[in-house]
Amino acid sequence: MVRELIRRPARPMGPLAGLVARRLALGLLTLFVVSVIIFLGVSLLPGDVATELLGQSATPATVAALRHSLGLDQPLVARYGLWLGGILQGDFGTSLANGRPIGHLVAARFGNTIFLASVAALISVPLSVGLGLLAALYRGSLLDRTINALTLVSISFPEFFLAYILIVILSMQAGLLPSLATLNEGMGLAEQLHRIALPALTLTLVVIAHMMRMTRASILGVLASPFIEMARLKGASPARVIVRHALPNAWSPIINVIVLNLAYLVVGVVVVEVVFVYPGLGQLMVDSVQKRDIPVVQACSLLFAATFVGLNLTADLLSMLANPRLRHAR
Amino acid sequence: MRGLQIEAGGAAILHRLDLTLARGEILGLIGESGAGKSTAGLAALGYARPGTRIAAGRVELDGEDILALPEAARRRLRGARLAYVAQSAAAAFNPAHRLIDQHAELAVIHGRDPQSARQDAVALYARLGLPDPGRFGERSPHQVSGGQLQRAMLAMAMACRPDVVVFDEPTTALDVTTQLEVLIAIRDVVKAAGNAAIYISHDLAVVAQLADRIMVLRHGRLVEEGPTAALLSRPREDYTRQLIAPRRLQKPAAAGGGAVLAVSGVSVSYGTTRALDNVSLSLPRGTTLAVVGESGSGKSTLARVVTGLRAPDAGTVEFDGRALPPTLRRRSVDTLRRLQMIYQSPDSALNPHQTVAEAIGRPLQVYVGLKGKAQRARAVELMRRIELDEGLLDRLPGQLSGGQKQRVCIARALAAEPDFLVCDEITSALDPLVAGSVLELLLRLQRELGLSLLFITHDIATVGAIADAVVVMHRGRIVERGTRDDVLSRPQEAYTKALLAAVPQMAPTWLDSVLAGRNGGPAPPV
Repeated sequence: MVRELIRRPARPMGPLAGLVARRLALGLLTLFVVSVIIFLGVSLLPGDVATELLGQSATPATVAALRHSLGLDQPLVARYGLWLGGILQGDFGTSLANGRPIGHLVAARFGNTIFLASVAALISVPLSVGLGLLAALYRGSLLDRTINALTLVSISFPEFFLAYILIVILSMQAGLLPSLATLNEGMGLAEQLHRIALPALTLTLVVIAHMMRMTRASILGVLASPFIEMARLKGASPARVIVRHALPNAWSPIINVIVLNLAYLVVGVVVVEVVFVYPGLGQLMVDSVQKRDIPVVQACSLLFAATFVGLNLTADLLSMLANPRLRHAR
Repeated sequence: MRGLQIEAGGAAILHRLDLTLARGEILGLIGESGAGKSTAGLAALGYARPGTRIAAGRVELDGEDILALPEAARRRLRGARLAYVAQSAAAAFNPAHRLIDQHAELAVIHGRDPQSARQDAVALYARLGLPDPGRFGERSPHQVSGGQLQRAMLAMAMACRPDVVVFDEPTTALDVTTQLEVLIAIRDVVKAAGNAAIYISHDLAVVAQLADRIMVLRHGRLVEEGPTAALLSRPREDYTRQLIAPRRLQKPAAAGGGAVLAVSGVSVSYGTTRALDNVSLSLPRGTTLAVVGESGSGKSTLARVVTGLRAPDAGTVEFDGRALPPTLRRRSVDTLRRLQMIYQSPDSALNPHQTVAEAIGRPLQVYVGLKGKAQRARAVELMRRIELDEGLLDRLPGQLSGGQKQRVCIARALAAEPDFLVCDEITSALDPLVAGSVLELLLRLQRELGLSLLFITHDIATVGAIADAVVVMHRGRIVERGTRDDVLSRPQEAYTKALLAAVPQMAPTWLDSVLAGRNGGPAPPV
């Protein structure tokens, strides 16, 4: 089926529309497979939810009654169908821990995670692409080596270690920024930004090296092309050669790495959220695993997976759009 | 240019070259690859490729040494007063921008008005005979053909009305008929603008059409220099003489035996494009059939069908009286052994990490079952056959010259003891003199071993040298077939005639006579 999807030429829509449609279909298929894996994986976890929930009061009769009320006595496939059907209608079920609808619980937390990730992305993406361009422009110079060394240092430390160092320096010694990133209702945007400055900075330091290095390498790769020599022979300045002639042809790998790092900003922030006590989705997931709140864990996993698939899909589409041969068909 | 010395990795690639260009003069620079032509051409713009360095000398423009200028001042000259036209326009245009934007960029860089540059571009496009000049520039480089792209680059070079244009093999990557159009365009524009030009090429006949004066370079040194007519009629050096009149190889016609290869009704499509359309041909044993055509004519697809790299959509290939399975996988080892292929580019056909002995040893082991000492002895014998020193056996391809590499490819094919060779443009990547010696070798091997050759080429001179019979292909069809002499001397079809007429002749008046023929005058003598 996948092969069919990849191979089938979609004439009437033109090459780009066809490619986009196929990529979207593949993305949906991936998401479906991921949902099966999440459901199965969580179902295979040892221990019985009903026994766990009832704790001391677990008798065979109460366990059976609870299992029935939770729908756990039904076959796996039926349970999966119900779960997926609910999600498609926007119903993620109710939390086992506190009986609240998961939708509300997750939405607020996911919003927080996206907020933090967006702030970190808005700082780190322009910064790393800019630094990559500078490093490529002055390759071999002191500036190039400094940028390389510093970003390498920042990626080499574990993120929690970076986080603690930043807390010590910027929060405890300088007293500039709060070390706790708890958000409350009714906070203004400025206040919120102030609160999350440290986690955002930590995340920026973690992701910047990868994107900056790919920008630099990709630009340098394009610099060997004959059209770069041509641009130089037209009298273009080095900055113009890099920005106008090399960058438009170097986007594809850069976009892929940027998006991988954006996905990391959403999905991989659990550690940073825990360090800064930030009310994000990652922390909710960690808490729920401890409480064996299976439906919440499933919902979080699915959201993370959807983010990952969605962002990679975006990367593929942007790469296609970055290719002039696909943008302007013959 | 005075005493220009350019080095790469400590070795000089240009030795104290002196070159003077008068205003309005066209100077031809000629020589084989590695002769330092391009290096000299780029040096005229004060530019040295990464890895090379201008070690000594001066490049003067109106008496001012541009090498002594700061880089920013040199940049102001490039594109404005000194322009460059690259060999492959397809590679030299930035794929991300529209043609006219790249044209107008010169105005942006050099602080002129981009809007009038755009209008000027349209006027130049019109003058160069580009289709729909008003909208031509709106296209991206991949949307136009190679010949059109080369003309667009010519227009771009003229954008700032430079004093000097350096043409670096601008027609080498083009088909002969396209080359003709581009040559006409270049001459027209340069003559009209009256600027000076350096025209670099390995093809003396092309240079002779344009240049007032010619310099012959070899191994980074000047061999000979003189006005075009004088140099062609009274060359002083042997090397120049060889370039002017390459030894005419003429193969005695061979009758041949029964058909060793018979292709009947073969069609191949890539997507909606028909690469081969109902192609049939047969090749008598021990003879050479040349398949001639321009790029896109389906020649290489034919080679892929014969060797089994591509299964035909329809039709059959018979080898030695028996139908061949369409795909490589279903052919017997013995068939694979008997039918060998030699490729256009020996650089990409040889594994750069394998020594010559390993490259030749592999077929010896797989097809003939030779190992160890016996394999080595046979490899030495093969080296002798291809007229290479056996000491080269332990070299890597990177340490060999282009001609040597192609000989190694021939030896590798011969190692399988084949009786049929498919040669796909095997001399196209070689310089004329080297190509001639490779062809000579191939002819001798054919005589000694009774090989049958399917020889694919776009070069008419090569056809004359080696073919017994010729088929001419155009857009996937065979348009004409016959013996070599019939097709080359008495072509019947209009396409064959056009193809033959587009081959540049050494006489400097050739281009004029072609143009005269077009304008209703008498047809040019071919």
